[in-house]
Amino acid sequence: MENNEFVIVDNREILIENELNLLELIRKANIELPTFCYHSDLSVYGACRLCIVDIEGMGIVTSCSTVPTAGMKVKTNTAELRKMRKMYLELLLANHHQSCTTCLKSDSCKLQDLASRMGVNEVRFKMSEVKMKIDDSCPSIVRDPNKCILCGDCVRACHEIQGIGAIDFINRGSGTTVAPAFNKELKEVDCVYCGLCASVCPTGAITVKQEIDNVWQAINDEKKIVVAQIAPAVRVAIGELFGFDAGILTTGKMVAALKMIGFDKVFDTSFAADLTVFEETNEFLKRRESGKKLPQFTSCCPGWVKYVEQYYSDLLDNLSSCKSPQQMFGAIAKDTLPESYGIDRADLFVVSIMPCSAKKFEAKRPEFNKDGQSDVDAVITTQELGRMIKQAGIQFANILPESLDMPLGFKTGAGVIFGTSGGVSEAVLRYASEKITGIKSDSPDFVEVRGNEGIHVKTVKIGGVELKLAIVSGLKNAGKIAQQVRNGECDYDFIEVMACPGGCVSGAGQPVSSDSKARNLRKQGLYQADKTLQLHKSQDNPYVNKCYQDHLGQVNGPEAHRLLHTKYRSRKRFNDSSFSVFNNPVNEKLQVCICVGTSCYLRGSQKLMQKLIEYVRDNGLEDKVDVRATFCFENCDKGPSVKVGQIEHSKCTYEMLVAEMNKQLSKIVV
Amino acid sequence: MQETKCKCGGNESARKFEKVCHILDSHSREKNKLIPILQEIQAEYRYLPEEVMTFVATCLDLSPARVYGVASFYANFALKPKGKHVVHVCDGTACHVKGSEDIKDALQKRLGLTDDKSTTEDMLFTLEPVSCLGACGLAPVITIDNKVYGQLTPADAVRLIDEVIAKEAE
Ligand code: SF4
Ligand code: SF4
Ligand code: FES
Repeated sequence: MENNEFVIVDNREILIENELNLLELIRKANIELPTFCYHSDLSVYGACRLCIVDIEGMGIVTSCSTVPTAGMKVKTNTAELRKMRKMYLELLLANHHQSCTTCLKSDSCKLQDLASRMGVNEVRFKMSEVKMKIDDSCPSIVRDPNKCILCGDCVRACHEIQGIGAIDFINRGSGTTVAPAFNKELKEVDCVYCGLCASVCPTGAITVKQEIDNVWQAINDEKKIVVAQIAPAVRVAIGELFGFDAGILTTGKMVAALKMIGFDKVFDTSFAADLTVFEETNEFLKRRESGKKLPQFTSCCPGWVKYVEQYYSDLLDNLSSCKSPQQMFGAIAKDTLPESYGIDRADLFVVSIMPCSAKKFEAKRPEFNKDGQSDVDAVITTQELGRMIKQAGIQFANILPESLDMPLGFKTGAGVIFGTSGGVSEAVLRYASEKITGIKSDSPDFVEVRGNEGIHVKTVKIGGVELKLAIVSGLKNAGKIAQQVRNGECDYDFIEVMACPGGCVSGAGQPVSSDSKARNLRKQGLYQADKTLQLHKSQDNPYVNKCYQDHLGQVNGPEAHRLLHTKYRSRKRFNDSSFSVFNNPVNEKLQVCICVGTSCYLRGSQKLMQKLIEYVRDNGLEDKVDVRATFCFENCDKGPSVKVGQIEHSKCTYEMLVAEMNKQLSKIVV
Repeated sequence: MQETKCKCGGNESARKFEKVCHILDSHSREKNKLIPILQEIQAEYRYLPEEVMTFVATCLDLSPARVYGVASFYANFALKPKGKHVVHVCDGTACHVKGSEDIKDALQKRLGLTDDKSTTEDMLFTLEPVSCLGACGLAPVITIDNKVYGQLTPADAVRLIDEVIAKEAE
């Protein structure tokens, strides 16, 4: 046999098939080399050195950053390699605040796993002691830098996949850590709480915030009726925590477990997804008729919504005004259930079970709070529910399935596929097609919008109508599309965005899985679940129709708007700050603040500032005017924003600014 | 609202902002010129104010976290405003052996500073340890505004500082 397209790995010939690096090739040979800093979706960093191999003629190299070439002779498991790997692990552990028994990541910690695999029984190096502050400032993510091993996975994920770069390495030498800009807390910066960093972190240094205790407390409170809503993606993943394969549907077992834990009722977020389809599709068809505010972006993903608020607030009008299914469920539950149970609104406790960390933030947004009460009281992730089931000692694998409660537990397949990228578009198409053609269809599927690419563009023909869709996952991809829309370079009608690659199935609240295989299996699981249900189109959901009859009235009508729609706003990326450009000791000076935040900057605020400085100087106004550069009046869609004295001006031109300034100055002088 | 107040006159701070814009322009607002840009900005402000770093990030289309990451990596970049006089106490091996700790303690005590607080309230002094000034023959060594003083006792060092304070009072 010809030898030149093979690599010899531990005396076996392994065919080279487009593998980008030796590590992938070795893994193909069923040898699981240990790694910390390698992720197939991210760039290669080559820092942890655990993936070392011995190549004849080359010596010991990191396999993740070596290209396989024909005839290479590789050893993966020599005594020397084992010794070195063990030492690297010991060094990492010496810098790691070991509190494994109380660490959230304990059951899925790569560091622990590898340490035991490599036989590290003691750490010979002196443990470092400096204790750094834990950041639990935001509702979704907790950072404990004391457990960080500096693999950089989180930094690259946030930068390369989400295009945000909210966290980065700071300082150097032994002081190096990963932190937001200026060592601020996460809640003060541009993090969108997607949790991708937590998903890739091999240790417990970044984790999703826990709310289990609040839920137990509500369950133990006699007065409270506690209801659950289960998001679509959870049902095909929770089984993984109990020995089932990814993608296996365990909705019934989950319901049974929730009832055993003490939930009074268990409902389905997919019901609210069906409701979303009614509202969102009609909103879309109306926009298409009028030709206004197109393309329409979906608004189900709270990470994406915060991203738009921060970076593309000029496109906020293009965002569907629909609340997400989680929040629609919350609003409907709080509006209808207390009456049917004969209790006070305050005694209904709504728990969401979500695949997502950003949903925790969404539930706490002021938009979804009525008279001091949130529509959704607590959000726990798939992992947290797994933990609760274990805490209660329930043998998940053995219990018998039970059914969801009515009416908010009834859904169609369209509401279930919401959990994967492409699913929302397909559900909308299933509704839109009947609405456009007026004909009931027997084959509801639109398989052409399913796909694994981060940006999937498709034109769908319905009757005589052509709809151009873009289905996007990962916020860096979303940013690319949003930029095209901003520049008027595309003519999409409808754009679906999910922040997590592949959609909610791979959310940060899901069980940790090291490969994209699980993602696909979960996806398939959802399409399978759709197939096994009797109904596949949201418009056929009898309970949603009844909900309109009894409570909501018209689709897109006033009551539907009150409960199911909302309005998002521009949001600054960073906490308040401004710096003085003209500042002097005179007290009665007129303050002129010009925003130099991203949007306003792009709209020329810096030029405005420079011209103003010249004007002030040329006219000898230095002691009368205090010019400041500030960041963000949260008015980005109408930039450049300027504040003269107390008066705010949007879309401010130089002429407007000078006129306003002189007007106010003349008042001061008189 | 957090503000960076400039102690100098109005024209001075306006000139600085224009200077920042000029520095950015002179590097064609290229991302990979971040380090020289920060160096030049530091020469203007004597440190890197947060707001200015955020502005630079905006102009270069970088995340503020990345700009801060770079700025905090190099010891040469100051992230806090420095005092008018910068005092370095060498803590290299030779100086350490010859008692540089005691000098540092004495100076900190004189100036009301600690390891976490390196600049005086009146912005007159910043005291920082450095890891070797390359004047080991003179150990223990300190520098005041880059001028080297060697073979000091703690009392000598304090006297040097007192002289500067006296001069400032004139
Ligand atoms: S939660 Fe998302 S946006 Fe925030 S730091 Fe992590 S990856 Fe970046
Ligand atoms: S926080 Fe986690 S992912 Fe990020 S560098 Fe540290 S160990 Fe790696
Ligand atoms: S995986 Fe190769 S160096 Fe970390």
